[in-house]
Amino acid sequence: MIALADQLLVLVLLINFVSLGTSRLIFSIRAVAVQGVILGILPGMIHPFTWHLVGITVVNITVKGFVIPFMLVRAVRSAEIKREVEPFLGYVPTLLLGAVFTALSFSFAGKLPMLQEHQNFMFVPASIATLMTGFLILTTRRKAISQVIGYLILENGIFIFGLLLAEAMPIMVEAGALLDLLVGTFVMGIVINQISREFSSLDTSRLTSLKEE
Amino acid sequence: MYSLLQGAFDPALVALVAALVIGCAGIPGLFFRKPGSGQIIAAAGTILAAMAGVPASLQLLFSHTTSTYLLEWSLPFGPCEFVIDPLSAFFLLPVFIVSAAGSLFAIGYWPAAEHRATERGLTFFYGLLASSMAILLMARNGVFFIMVWEVMALSAYFLIVTEHELENVRRAGIVYLIATHTGTVALFVYFSLLAAQTGSFLLPAAGSLSALSPYAAAIALAAFIGFGAKAGIMPLHIWLPSAHANAPSHVSAVMSGVMLKMGLYGIFRTLTFFYDPPLLWGAVLTVCGITSALLGIAFAVAQRDLKRLLACSSIENVGIITTGLGVALLGVSSHITVLVYLGMAGALLHILNHSFFKPLLFLGSGAIIHAAGTREMNLMGGLGKGMPRVALLFLVGSVSICGIPPLNGFVSEFLLYLGFFSQLKAGSLVYLVFLAPVLALVGGLAVVAFTKLYGSVFLGTPRSSEAAHPHEAGVTMLAPMAFFALLCLLIGAVPQLALRLVSPAILSSYPQTALAAFPAEYGAIMGRLSLAGILLLSAAVVVTLLWRWRLGKAPAASAPTWGCGYQRGTSRIQYGATSFSELAVSVFNGIMLQRVERPKLTGLFPRVSRCSDVPTETLLDRIILPLFSMTGMLFSFLHRLQHGLMQVYMLYIFAALFILMLWAH
Repeated sequence: MIALADQLLVLVLLINFVSLGTSRLIFSIRAVAVQGVILGILPGMIHPFTWHLVGITVVNITVKGFVIPFMLVRAVRSAEIKREVEPFLGYVPTLLLGAVFTALSFSFAGKLPMLQEHQNFMFVPASIATLMTGFLILTTRRKAISQVIGYLILENGIFIFGLLLAEAMPIMVEAGALLDLLVGTFVMGIVINQISREFSSLDTSRLTSLKEE
Repeated sequence: MYSLLQGAFDPALVALVAALVIGCAGIPGLFFRKPGSGQIIAAAGTILAAMAGVPASLQLLFSHTTSTYLLEWSLPFGPCEFVIDPLSAFFLLPVFIVSAAGSLFAIGYWPAAEHRATERGLTFFYGLLASSMAILLMARNGVFFIMVWEVMALSAYFLIVTEHELENVRRAGIVYLIATHTGTVALFVYFSLLAAQTGSFLLPAAGSLSALSPYAAAIALAAFIGFGAKAGIMPLHIWLPSAHANAPSHVSAVMSGVMLKMGLYGIFRTLTFFYDPPLLWGAVLTVCGITSALLGIAFAVAQRDLKRLLACSSIENVGIITTGLGVALLGVSSHITVLVYLGMAGALLHILNHSFFKPLLFLGSGAIIHAAGTREMNLMGGLGKGMPRVALLFLVGSVSICGIPPLNGFVSEFLLYLGFFSQLKAGSLVYLVFLAPVLALVGGLAVVAFTKLYGSVFLGTPRSSEAAHPHEAGVTMLAPMAFFALLCLLIGAVPQLALRLVSPAILSSYPQTALAAFPAEYGAIMGRLSLAGILLLSAAVVVTLLWRWRLGKAPAASAPTWGCGYQRGTSRIQYGATSFSELAVSVFNGIMLQRVERPKLTGLFPRVSRCSDVPTETLLDRIILPLFSMTGMLFSFLHRLQHGLMQVYMLYIFAALFILMLWAH
């Protein structure tokens, strides 16, 4: 089963590149939804069956695979934007940077002092690479919706790391992480609403006018 | 909660429940649609809780037993104990009394019908402030202490900014917030060092630490800064005048009467930890205390804002208390028990006294502001005719605060004087006697300040149209004031009882005073004082009656005050508040500059011109504000980091993370 989990993680990494390389927002959201579903399945593959595990799986797949993407798609539709037009950094450079960071995270993970049973699997490098991808999207994209996507990918990276600890992780920590995500989404939702009302666009770089002189 | 049933009459539990009830008293009001009932419920709850809490505290004070409760919490900071020892019980008394009186006063002073927008929050945070102070006194775990401390500091902030639509109020709030958090930083250091010393976050027992240990000096310094900032000891007093002036009056009463004492409680508590404090600590406290007292009252004399004057006088009183504590500490270091006893008795009794007369004065100022519509003393005058009851009660408070016999302020200062003079024959610490003239000067200046206040507010003729038709305060406002006035008279008349009140607290902190027969000895002195006081009081009553009787016989003619026989006298002929105190202020020109802008008068018939004065506070205006703006300029390059671009902020986080990852290898 663990070998299969590794292959799914490769898929997760590929989805990272998809969301880095595409300019179409809907496509990007769907890719992240798929990533969320894959991550929802993963705990079941590496840990023995418990009801706790079922709970995690169900909640994750519903929230990350369906609820948040649905909300995002609706936001995109209502705001009538299709593409991220002018990112701060072009798509090809971000893709290249993503590749560099992925490679770096593999080398970094190799040096981490880990338990013997975790040594040969891709969890840690995949987690760091996904985290970095999230950061890349957050820093290079302008649109508020891209920012939310960035947060989602970032959280996915943290989640992969948590997979190693799924049994030890108390329910409080999970709830906390999910709450973080939810709050983040809400805040961004408010930001999206406010920006589009104030500036009639979803460009977060317009927020500079709020800067304290 | 099972222990609630077992020990329903355990006074410690009663006090704890009373504190919690006060904290919750403001909650129902948050949910009522109609204004008014929430405020009444809060006041009723607070008063009932205080009526249970005060006897419980008294019982704890005299029972010589301490009961401990343990809070089950899942935080990794060790056990969280609640203990009420006599020292805590003593400090609990003003918390309960003042908060209950203030909540009753609020009904008349801040009626919900007129202040719909602010009343709910005010009532809620008022309860929270009182409750957090009561619980603070019971907390024995450093982390829990800080939590409650922050609840107290923040609820006080929200109370100060009740009228946040005014620029002044917001500024006062910000200054308070900065000052209180500077103090909190010091408290973090303090509790960390204490934990490093003792190995747990539980506060150590009295006399369990040595002052020679490596951290002791740092602990004492951190405590002095952290608690001193709250108490308002100079030079940490900068937040105090504006915060007290801008808060609603019953809040000022609680802040000045009780919240400042929480800072003092912290210092008292800290000093009891050490069994061998060096002489230096006592000397520092004494010097800081007497300086605060002198400068505080000098500032007070210069003020023209009624409530700022009262606030500055709080600095003075805190200074007097600190002086007493310093003297006691000198006594501990040099093993002179009589100094320990007199210093502690003076300080503790002054804490109690100040928490009676200062709320009385602040509540009185609330009634005055309610009637005159301003805080500016130069615009008042003649209010005594319209509100004679407030004027009488205010007079009682003013006489007490000046330390004039036979009222309570005199008693505690008398104990301090006894302490100063006690070492005259002994030979060591003779120089303490030099404090006596300074304290006398403070008392004299206090008389100037309060004569100015009383004279310009209640006497003379009205200086503005609002002051011309004052209305007497309602019964909900008069009752708390009368209650405090009664307490002031009571302590003044029977000081020996008050001395018995403070003795257990001294004993529990400094057990070495147990062997001596001081309580009996000074109790007897207080008895004589009481006799003299009662004589004085009855003499005053007799003279007043005689005067009334004579007045009744002669035909009464009425003319404006300061009329001076002029045909068309105006109210502007009389002494204003500023002109009354100008000479006294000019003595302190270096520390306390009164900037008077005088018009240039030329010719025989000069034109209409204006004269204005602004009392300047040297420390805040000359040192701290320039320091802040200089720091701001030095760090202005950091402004460049603030782009307002979310993506750039993300980049900062990313870069930090990346550097940390690289650094780890």
